[in-house]
Amino acid sequence: MFAFILRRLFQSLIVMLSVALIAFAMFRFVGDPVNQIVSIDTPQAQVAEIRRSLGLDDPFLVQFARYIWNAARLEFGVSYQFRLPVISLLGERAPATLELALMSALFSLVVGIPMGVYTALKRESWLAKVFQAVSLIGISLPTFLIGILLIYLFSVTLGVLPSFGRGEVVRLGSWWTTGLLTVSGLKALVLPSITLGLFQMTLIMRLVRAEMLEVLRADYIKFARARGLKTRAVHFGHALKNTLVPVITIAGLQLGSIIAFAIITETVFQWPGMGQLFLRSVQNVDIPIMAAYLMLISFLFVTINLAVDLLYAAVDPRLRATVGAH
Amino acid sequence: MKPRFLTLAAALLGASVLALGAADARPLKWARSGDALTLDPHGQNEGPTTALNQHIYEGLTERDHTGKLGPLLATSWRVLPNDPTTWEFKLQSGIKFHDGAPFTADDVVFSYERAMQPTSDFKGYLSSVEKVSKVDDLTVHIKTKGPNPLLVNNTESIRILSKAWAEKNNAVKAQDFKNKEENFAVRNANGTGPFILVSRETDVKTVMKRNDGYWNKAKVPLEVTELTFVPIKQDATRVAALLSGEVDFVQDVPVQDIARLKSAPKMRVTSGAENRTIFFGMDVASADLKGDDVQGKNPFADKRVRQALNMAINRGAIQRVVMRGESVPTGIIMPPFVNGWTKELDAAPATDVAKAKALLAEAGYPNGFSTTLHCPNDRYVNDEGICQAAVGMFGQIGVKVNLVSQSKSIHFTLIQKNPPETEFYLVGWGVPTYDSDYIFSFMYHSRTGSRGSWNATGYKDAEIDSMIQSLSQEIDIAKRDATISKIWTKLKDETIYLPIHHQALSYAMNSSLDIPVDVANSPKLKMVSFKGS
Repeated sequence: MFAFILRRLFQSLIVMLSVALIAFAMFRFVGDPVNQIVSIDTPQAQVAEIRRSLGLDDPFLVQFARYIWNAARLEFGVSYQFRLPVISLLGERAPATLELALMSALFSLVVGIPMGVYTALKRESWLAKVFQAVSLIGISLPTFLIGILLIYLFSVTLGVLPSFGRGEVVRLGSWWTTGLLTVSGLKALVLPSITLGLFQMTLIMRLVRAEMLEVLRADYIKFARARGLKTRAVHFGHALKNTLVPVITIAGLQLGSIIAFAIITETVFQWPGMGQLFLRSVQNVDIPIMAAYLMLISFLFVTINLAVDLLYAAVDPRLRATVGAH
Repeated sequence: MKPRFLTLAAALLGASVLALGAADARPLKWARSGDALTLDPHGQNEGPTTALNQHIYEGLTERDHTGKLGPLLATSWRVLPNDPTTWEFKLQSGIKFHDGAPFTADDVVFSYERAMQPTSDFKGYLSSVEKVSKVDDLTVHIKTKGPNPLLVNNTESIRILSKAWAEKNNAVKAQDFKNKEENFAVRNANGTGPFILVSRETDVKTVMKRNDGYWNKAKVPLEVTELTFVPIKQDATRVAALLSGEVDFVQDVPVQDIARLKSAPKMRVTSGAENRTIFFGMDVASADLKGDDVQGKNPFADKRVRQALNMAINRGAIQRVVMRGESVPTGIIMPPFVNGWTKELDAAPATDVAKAKALLAEAGYPNGFSTTLHCPNDRYVNDEGICQAAVGMFGQIGVKVNLVSQSKSIHFTLIQKNPPETEFYLVGWGVPTYDSDYIFSFMYHSRTGSRGSWNATGYKDAEIDSMIQSLSQEIDIAKRDATISKIWTKLKDETIYLPIHHQALSYAMNSSLDIPVDVANSPKLKMVSFKGS
């Protein structure tokens, strides 16, 4: 078991290093950061001096090694654009992104599971058909468009929900801010959460529906019915419970992608999260932010995958056996 | 019991008086696409940053929305009659910073020295300055390295902060990106301006309250009680926020939404020319171009070819179709408010395909030639659209253009590299000093020393160079203007650049406001007065 964990950890490290390497290679094509730093009438000599002082003239591998060495000590440098430490910039924005991701995950579960169950049990009803159609929209419409449509309906036409921002936030502790404790904060969460969670919701709905249909055909359900259990007990006590195992796995894994793909939703709703910061840093060639964000996201995925792997190993004795046999 | 009742009564009375007196004063929410990068007045010379900071910090002079220079912290100025290298500024008395400290010559000297440090982004404006010194509490002398008749034009950009405050908070140096420590002045501010900083969250909002003790209150309406600045990056969201009433005033209005906003109820759109001209530049000096199909020759080196290209551009069509009316076609790379501008210079050649073709044939290219055009796609209004339209127009006279559009961060590198890595490119240029010298020095002077850094055309003319250099020394304004006129006449004939248009700007707001377009795109919200609702 120990060797397994060690090997997994080692693999995760390799993944992160590769992400860093690929990201670093890409930075060479996004443009010259010095142009974004200096004003338009800065003399060339000074531009060259700044480029040199930032180490941008060094060979690629030297720059990369220096970056990894600093990153290993959690030194992510100072943003070219804001001239503030990257760590504090990302830290400031993390609560907004995490809160949004959590609310959309919650939304996708709370809405997606009942819809999935309903469409599985009442396949022929008109409501089930409506749900199916909605799920098709959720899968096929781009997030960007959904966000804009929601804004025009709920903010401009009906005027009930804000079109941008986080509303009033409350500071908890030294760095966490939350919008969950104020009315305007909660209102501001509604549209972005739906926009971000819609795709996951349709995914979960379809997954639940498929699993449910599968389970309902299983022998133990037939036996349960034969024993004269109430339909309610059969559907929710037995069928749904068995459906949820894969759903929870997927939902957990999807949390990573919700955080990573919040970029578009954050931009549409001017949500002050990490994704928006990243997008802005791409436009301004703010390499320290880009690099740190990519590392953070890859760290997130690697951690989630590692946790899932380890959990599986703990839960499933067969996996441990095969690992041992290698 | 009684005293408390009295206090309450007094408070109520006070509140009602306040409400009566402030019938037209209300908060204002202001949105544009980007946030200020810093509050440090010398940290970043960038549009949104200075537009926000000017509400907190002030300079010795200011420009109104038409670009006209007027007094602000300084009441008057002159070049000393016995010494053409020294400017004297007399300061307004009785001004206080937001923290209550009095404003004196010490603060001016300190701020100018701070702006001249290597870490400052405003040092370029003061490169001719040798020394700034205090004469008495309300008089400052600025000594320049040689006579500089136009120094006062640059004083608008140099904002003044409190010396005592900066020293107390360790913000003596302008913000530095190499420095790992965050400068106190990045998120905190203490100026003399009409608004006082209340809170700032980068990329979220900046809240300012009215400075009730503003020294210049008598001369400006100052009706905005609380000014909230919010960056909203997405065009559609920004417009939606205005339509839903969440913000009152929006800059960076997307051109395609202007017509709709104009027809929307309770909305107002104002438009006007911006201090920026858009044009094409090309390599006129190299012996042979790399990106063309002509061997051993550079077609752009021939003036007739440049004139033909200039004639091929249908500026009216670009204005109508690409810009939806939001531009002013021109024949010179100088915005109309700049010293040196004349109507004759501004006139563009009429579009004439037949004549252009004839000129090309005369130059030895009867079948045209092919070349590559570099264009930014995220810098100017519809920049890529302009290039696409122009490519079609050049095609009509047989010049086949291969278009490469890319992000500004890549595009501008091509131009600034030495030697430049582009032979045909689009660029825009604003003139913060409102004087032709700024255009000449950056765009036409040969690339030597500190001059010509944006001249990627390779154009080099010793006579023009020496005339440009003479401008910064000439103190006789009439003589200087004559030289400017002479330079422009020659340059216009040379057709080194192909001017397209002056970029226009639009602001959208709810109809209780009427904010005119500011030529520097830096609206002054102390001038806002509400018109009932």
